[in-house]
Amino acid sequence: MSPTRQRLQITAATPDPALLDLPWHIPLEEWPAETLAALPRGISRHIVRFARLSGRVIAIKEIGETVAYREYELLRQLRRLDVPSVEPVGVITGRRSPEGEPLEAVLITKHLQFSLPYRSLFSQSLRPDTATRLIDALAVLLVRLHLAGFYWGDVSLSNTLFRRDAETFAAYLVDAETGDLHEQLTEGQRAYDLEVARVNIIGELMDLQAGEFLEEDVDAVAIGNALAERYRELWRALTEVESFGYGERWRVQARIDRLNDLGFDVGELDITSDLDGTTVRIQPKVVESGHHSRRLMRLTGLDVGENQARRLLNDLDEYRAATDRQAEDESFVAHDWLTEVFEPAVRKVPREMRGKLEPAQIFHELLDHRWYLSQQQHRDVPLNEVAKSYVKHILPNRPDEQSILGIQPGDLRDSTDTIPTIDDDQLIG
Amino acid sequence: MATVTFDHATRVYPGTERPAVDALNLHIEDGEFLVLVGPSGCGKSTSLRMLAGLEDVNAGRILIGDRDVTDVQPKDRDIAMVFQNYALYPHMTVADNMGFALKIAGTPKAEIRQRVEEAAKILDLTEYLDRKPKALSGGQRQRVAMGRAIVRQPQVFLMDEPLSNLDAKLRVQTRTQIASLQRRLGVTTVYVTHDQTEALTMGDRIAVLKDGLLQQVGTPREMYDTPANVFVAGFIGSPAMNIGTFPVLDGHASLGRSRVPLTREVISSLTEDDKNHITLGFRPESVDVVPAGTPDAVPVIVNIVEELGSDAFVYGSLTNEFGGASQVHSGAGDAQVIVRVDPRQVPAKGETVAIKIRPGEQHLFHAGSGERLA
Repeated sequence: MSPTRQRLQITAATPDPALLDLPWHIPLEEWPAETLAALPRGISRHIVRFARLSGRVIAIKEIGETVAYREYELLRQLRRLDVPSVEPVGVITGRRSPEGEPLEAVLITKHLQFSLPYRSLFSQSLRPDTATRLIDALAVLLVRLHLAGFYWGDVSLSNTLFRRDAETFAAYLVDAETGDLHEQLTEGQRAYDLEVARVNIIGELMDLQAGEFLEEDVDAVAIGNALAERYRELWRALTEVESFGYGERWRVQARIDRLNDLGFDVGELDITSDLDGTTVRIQPKVVESGHHSRRLMRLTGLDVGENQARRLLNDLDEYRAATDRQAEDESFVAHDWLTEVFEPAVRKVPREMRGKLEPAQIFHELLDHRWYLSQQQHRDVPLNEVAKSYVKHILPNRPDEQSILGIQPGDLRDSTDTIPTIDDDQLIG
Repeated sequence: MATVTFDHATRVYPGTERPAVDALNLHIEDGEFLVLVGPSGCGKSTSLRMLAGLEDVNAGRILIGDRDVTDVQPKDRDIAMVFQNYALYPHMTVADNMGFALKIAGTPKAEIRQRVEEAAKILDLTEYLDRKPKALSGGQRQRVAMGRAIVRQPQVFLMDEPLSNLDAKLRVQTRTQIASLQRRLGVTTVYVTHDQTEALTMGDRIAVLKDGLLQQVGTPREMYDTPANVFVAGFIGSPAMNIGTFPVLDGHASLGRSRVPLTREVISSLTEDDKNHITLGFRPESVDVVPAGTPDAVPVIVNIVEELGSDAFVYGSLTNEFGGASQVHSGAGDAQVIVRVDPRQVPAKGETVAIKIRPGEQHLFHAGSGERLA
């Protein structure tokens, strides 16, 4: 073996042999354009590139070896804890250039399909409620991370990806480099994470304003503060101790219902009463998000976002009522709804348009479109008619969202002179 | 600016019995650069996070100046964690990148500009203030990130392994920059690292921790010249000190064929716990290569010679003539020693050289407790 040959060490749970075909002997910054899925040129701590691998897109980050292994492990643990985060593929070390120069280790993650970087969402046409929905999604993510004992250390919009989830968004953690998993977080850790989040978000929005991607009159500070407020509300709702008189025991069920409404299941509820038995105190100890998505998964096998699940379950309930089958076993009805309603509707979308939105998101938009058409025509428009109209008038105008990569608008404009923005006004036809 | 005091500060993680930091007492002077160093799990990062307010203090207290901050929120402690995040905003000017946190806090524009300009002067960034980060080199970008912390004018800077993400070359450069910058600013700084070289080169004083217990605090020179115990002796210095435990016979430490004389005070301070043994350490540079046959010389078989230009180190094995060979440990392993030799007269691999510890340059420790004797 020549002294300059590299001896790659690949650490991965399920290694894809195609990984070996990528040009690891070249510094990431100089990778040939044909290997890359996009050409980002942003300023970040590390060099990050997107490449195609076995029909998927992967994100590759050059980073120190120990840090790479650490982040890989953390991301794996986060997935085990069922926290929304990117999926780690592996770590590659032992890279060398043909001249024998050692090259930095890389951490590889799967690109999250149908995810949207914040820069594509916070565009000039930012509607106030889009900002609110993004901030809500990030607050939910931060609360979930904190409940799982994860201290992020660098909460920011750039370290988060967003996915459409019915009329809302769901946020995913992308960068765990500064994070730590603990048995339980201290007040100080939570407070500091939240303060970092607030300052980073405001900074990121001010940056978009400086680059004229976001209007000057958007109040960046107010949006940052809203995150902190939303987080505190949610944390209180999930963890607060509630006391009431012995006669008001219905409040136990009310609390559980309230948590379900927020999308959380209660795994463990602490109930204590004082010695004379006049007051009862309850406090949720273990809460798990995904109340609706778990229920839908159990009934239909569909794996979708929490709010998409909520929407689909509502439609399932309507179907059950409309077909007068309330007395029947729910899972039988769900099976029929899946084959008679959901699948035919989603199949109406021509193959070439399937990269635009996830099936569950398309179904959500179909329901919106049905409401719109029915209002307009003063009649209940059947779903197959709705689907025809949707595929003809709405969907063609939607951008492909399957793989919008972490490109900074300014950089993209260098090569194609266009900025990828997602226009929310097209949402409802 | 302020002093920092750990007063019997203790952190016990829920579900564990042994404290991660055990009754830490440490006083850091105003403007001092203190480095917390130790192997992984020693409690150095936990100590720093207790100061930052990220870890609860279960017993004792922490003061910044005269103010007890034990129960104060992190953001109200007037401290700055440096380097945790140095992603720069591409569309903002360097000045805005440095001053945006002040803008969020509602600081008047004129004051922001003044503080940013002052920081830029210290960081040699004045001429770049109105440019975008794209126009800067890697090192300059890092200084902008440093500027973000400086403009906030905190009482204390906290740095937790800030160089661990950098490649070796940039690490050495940045190390020097941080140290000189800290001296120019004069802001009290607490710096955590596992790397003793970083500690020696950067700190005004170093605090060595192990298993949550403070082992010793002192200047780099004190730590090197008079380590308080065997752990510090082995931890500080590169290559590490050669350390072995030997029987005491007739007023000497008996190293097989060789003997090292011990003073009467040393002999009299031995305790029962020492079982008539003594732990003896000598640094690679405290050894002379002597002609074969010199009385009390120890033979060493040369395994590797590491030539560094200005220095050369022999990594060698001890022979059976050295009674307690297996009792000796060094940076090279068990039954091995590291010896500095004249770089112009290096022995060949496989050769046997005779060495002798320079009189008075050995370090002596209780064999029982590991505490320093002389």
